[in-house]
This record gives sequence, C-alpha cells and structure tokens, in this order.
Amino acid sequence: MEYYNTQANDTKLEIFKKMCHIRAFEKQVKKSYDTHDIKCPVYLSIGQEATSATISTIFKPDLIFTQHRGHAYYLSFGGNKDKIIDELLGRDSGCNKGKGGSPGIQDLNIGMIGHHGLIGENVPLAVGATLGDSTKKTLCVFGDGAAEEDYVFTAMAFAQTHKLPILFICEDNDLSILTKKQVRRNWELTDALKAIGMPTANIPDDPELITPYIKEFINKLPAFINCKTCRHLWHVGTGQDGTPQTDRLEEYKQKLLEIGYELEQLQEIEKQKLTEAEVLWRKHLQRQ
Amino acid sequence: MAQTLAETIKEITRKHLEENNGIILGQCLSAVGWVNNTVPDTKNIIELPMTDIAGAGIAAGLAITGRRPIFVIRFQDFMFLNSSTLVNYTAKAKEIFNISVPVFIRALATEGNGTGPVHSAVLHSIFMHMPGFKVCSPMTPGEYTQVWDEFMKSDGPIYVSEHRKSFNQTDEIPDIISPDADITIYGISTARFSAIQAIETLKQEGIKCNFVNILWLKPLDLTEKLTMPLMKSGIGLVVDTDFEIAGASQSIAYELMKKTNKYVEALGAEDRSVGTAQRYENGTPSPEKIITKIKELIEIRKNSNCG
Ligand SMILES: Cc1ncc(C[n+]2csc(CCOP(=O)(O)OP(=O)(O)O)c2C)c(N)n1
Ligand SMILES: [Mg+2]
Repeated sequence: MEYYNTQANDTKLEIFKKMCHIRAFEKQVKKSYDTHDIKCPVYLSIGQEATSATISTIFKPDLIFTQHRGHAYYLSFGGNKDKIIDELLGRDSGCNKGKGGSPGIQDLNIGMIGHHGLIGENVPLAVGATLGDSTKKTLCVFGDGAAEEDYVFTAMAFAQTHKLPILFICEDNDLSILTKKQVRRNWELTDALKAIGMPTANIPDDPELITPYIKEFINKLPAFINCKTCRHLWHVGTGQDGTPQTDRLEEYKQKLLEIGYELEQLQEIEKQKLTEAEVLWRKHLQRQ
Repeated sequence: MAQTLAETIKEITRKHLEENNGIILGQCLSAVGWVNNTVPDTKNIIELPMTDIAGAGIAAGLAITGRRPIFVIRFQDFMFLNSSTLVNYTAKAKEIFNISVPVFIRALATEGNGTGPVHSAVLHSIFMHMPGFKVCSPMTPGEYTQVWDEFMKSDGPIYVSEHRKSFNQTDEIPDIISPDADITIYGISTARFSAIQAIETLKQEGIKCNFVNILWLKPLDLTEKLTMPLMKSGIGLVVDTDFEIAGASQSIAYELMKKTNKYVEALGAEDRSVGTAQRYENGTPSPEKIITKIKELIEIRKNSNCG
C-alpha cells in the first residue's frame, strides 16, 4: 500500500517517542534478564512497538486486555513503570507482588487487566467485560497464534452480534512460538470476520497506515485490525535468530526524515529514552 | 550409553509413525526442540493450529479410524481446554457406542524457573476421576515402553502424565523393601525422585523406609507388591506431584488403607496457585517436606500404637 500522510506532526513525534521508549525499556529488560536479575520468563515486544504506540495516541479505552506479550501496551498507555519493573524482578512491590510475571502485568489505573497465560482467553474475557458495561470502550490485543484458538472467533462474533464497543488488534508476527502461519493455516481472520460484517483491515504495522483505520473504526466498534509485524527476539527470553527481516522503528524514523524531521532531533529522542530507561532500571536494581 | 526416557519416547514414536501408519498431533511439534527432543523428524506429524479445543476432537476422530494417535499437550494445564472431547466422547465411546477410540495423551508437565500459574501443574488426578481413562505416570524408559505396549492393546484413551524432570532418566527405579521398615512410602510421578532422596537421608538417621513405585494410577492394581510392605511396616505415605486435595495421593492412600486396615496418609502439592516468583512455587514435594511428614507419621504411630 502506498505511504500517505495521515497524522498531525506532533502526533507523529509522539508515536516515535513512545516507540523509542518501549524499545529502550525492553532493552533494559533484556539486559537484566541476561544478568539473571530477572529470573522469570519474559515476552518482549522489541520490533513490535508500533501498534501500541500508535493506538494509544488515538484511542483511549476504558479497559485493556492484552495477552502474554504486553509490555508495550502497558508502557504506551501509561502503566506504572516502577511496578512493572518490580514485577519482573519478582518483588512484593511489583504490580502483582511478583506472582504474575511478564505475561501478567496489570495496572487497573489504566484499565489494564493482567493475562494469566492461556492464549486467547483474554478475548472472551474482554467481550464479557464490555458486555457488563457497554458504556465503556475496550481494547483487546492478541497474536496470530491466538487467532486460531477456538473461542477467539466465537467471542468476537458475539461482540459483533451484540455490537460491543471493542477494538480488536492482532499483532501478527507470523509466528506461534517458532511455527510460521503457513504451516498452521491457510486463512485470514480478517476474511472470516468480514463475512459476519465486522469492519476489518489487514495491514503492516506502519503507524501511518494504522492511524486512519483506528480513527475510522473507533466510531463503528466492534472492529478488527490485523497488524503485520516483526518480532526481533525469541518467543520467550532474549535470544535472537539472525538479523530481523524488518525494523519498523528504523523505517518509521526514515520516513520522518523524508518528510523533513531533523536527524539530530530524532537521535536526541532515542538517546533520551535510552538514558531514562537506564536510570530507572538502575534505581530499581540498586534497591535489591 | 543407556537410552534416556526422552530418547525412548522418540524411538517409540518413530516406529509408530513409520511402521504402523500411526500419527502424532499437537501444537508447535516441529519447532524449538521438538518437544524436548521427544518427537522424531519423520512422516505423519500433524501441526495443529493453536486450537486447544478442536484439537482433541481431531485426535479422537483419528483414533476412530485406527490411526492410534499420539496427542501432545505441552503443558498439562491446557488439559482443561482440551479435555471435553476426551472426557465426554473418547473415554465413553467404548461403553456407550462400542467404538474403540484409543488416544495416547502425552500430557507434559514442568516446574520451576517461574513458569507461573498456568504452565506448572500435574493433573492426572482429574482424569482418574472420570470413567474410561487409564492413567499412568511413567518416569523411566522401561515404564514408558510398558505403557506403550498397553496402549497398543487398548480400546480407549490413556492419560500419560509426563514430567520434563524425568526426561534424562536412564535407569529403572527399583522398589526398596526391608522386613523391619518403619514406614512404607508410595511414590507417584516426580515425587518418586524426592521420596528416594528423603529415604536416603532418613536411613542415616536410623529411620528405615520401604519404597514402592506406582506407575499405574488407574486402574490401580492392589497386588501384594503394594500391600505386603504396608502390612509389615504398619503405616504408609503416598507422595505425588499433583495436588493433594481430592487427588491421586489421597485416593490411593484410601484404597490402601481399606485393603490393609493400616494407616496411610497422603502428601502432594498444596492447595494454592503457583506464582511466577520463586517463593510462590508449588511443585514436587521436596525431600525435606517428605522427611518432616514421615517423622510426623512415625510419631503418630508411637503415640497411638496403631499398626
Ligand atoms: C491455550 C494455550 N495453548 C497453548 C499455549 C502455548 N503457547 C504459549 S504462547 C504460544 C504462541 C502464541 O502465539 P501468538 O498468539 O501469535 O503470540 P506471540 O507469542 O507471537 O506474540 C503458544 C502456542 C498457551 N500458553 N495457551
Ligand atoms: Mg505470533
């Protein structure tokens, strides 16, 4: 799809800042995991920053249901940073006293409900929660693997039947653990949902492409966007198999340069976010 | 070098897939270590999509046609999703419809390393509770082979409660019986490993324990192999990795007590959820915990003169 200019300039910069913030934070998670300060399994969002960064600048949901790979959403929507760090460090001061770990991060102040670890079950949960009080708007996020779980389509179809105000997002990294989509199925969830009348889009996770769909869809919920993205690290932990195929953060930065942003300004943001994350993590690690 | 349990599983599977027109199905089988190196790279492997409900039904359908499927569930916790067709059709089909639906259910467990609330359970007990299942927990190559041979003769599903902690096991685990033992310990799943450690420690303190392996949880064959040591020692303890409350350990303790009229208690996982941080784990009873329990029981007997 052709690239088009869909955001105001200050929004573009805000999205870029959020992406840099997530990347910097996740790098610190990786570092602390590699030094064994973090002892629980971690599910990192490096490479997948764009969706949450973009959605959170436009859509303000009352409830957020993500799945195990949820750090980016927690951070984008302004979850308490001290509490996620302490959770990952397994401390009583963590958002779930260290009991939920990386998949379970939760902050009720932003309406974010922790994930228990059974993939896709957050979808019926989100649907029920919205049915309970449909004056509230909900964001529900899952992966391309979860999209195959029996109860996911059924729950989304229920939301469609009852016109529940939920924005469903699939972060489609083409992987269920390490098994590619084509080994698992030959269909797209967008096609299935289109057939029952839900507004859908199947697009790359470019903020400029996501933006118009979010703006349009939040007025006709429920709706579904499948965002094709690229996970840089292993499913769990911090390992890496070769160079990632794409890096959306880098591509977005290039696009910002093309439309006139100064390299120094963008580099300054990146540097600032890295420093902030480093300082924050150091503070927590020193508190041992 | 002797074959490990993981290698044994892989070889049994290879033979089944290549020579019997057998089939194996599950999620992400052919990636990240091939299920702890228990799945061979050969034909007749079905990569299921991430369907934790229909998957079990597909396995049962395959079984109807005689393919004797091996159905792999990487974490026993997922059984709550996968069990409806297994419980309600697969296990009942022989009795109700006179149809054979033999599914070899490989239900894996793990513990430790922060696996958290939904990736750390051993759940064989709930399948013992339901009619139509054979339930076992093999921890050695020989036991696994025995279970497989039983499956090939079976008309219905076998719930095979596996645990990753045992995958490197090469040796068989012998019973330990002495005529003057103070107590008889019955071990299930990985609790067998910690029970044996506990028994070693107690021996140095002068406490003698019998040790009896329990491979088959259902049907439970209350042979003399199980009852005789208890008759002599007078008290017994069943240790298991699954939850104690309403679990295999309590159920088998009851059966043993009824059969022998001797006092038997149970020890399994505690009645609480597992949290991610290490202090919230709730896995296999530790040797220390088993030791405390054994001493407690011996004390009870002294005071009550039972047995
Ligand atoms: C119900 C259930 N089945 C299987 C698993 C094992 N599992 C954990 S994550 C995962 C893959 C999830 O893929 P996807 O939804 O695409 O999310 P991603 O990890 O790619 O972000 C699987 C199969 C699980 N946790 N829960
Ligand atoms: Mg995925």
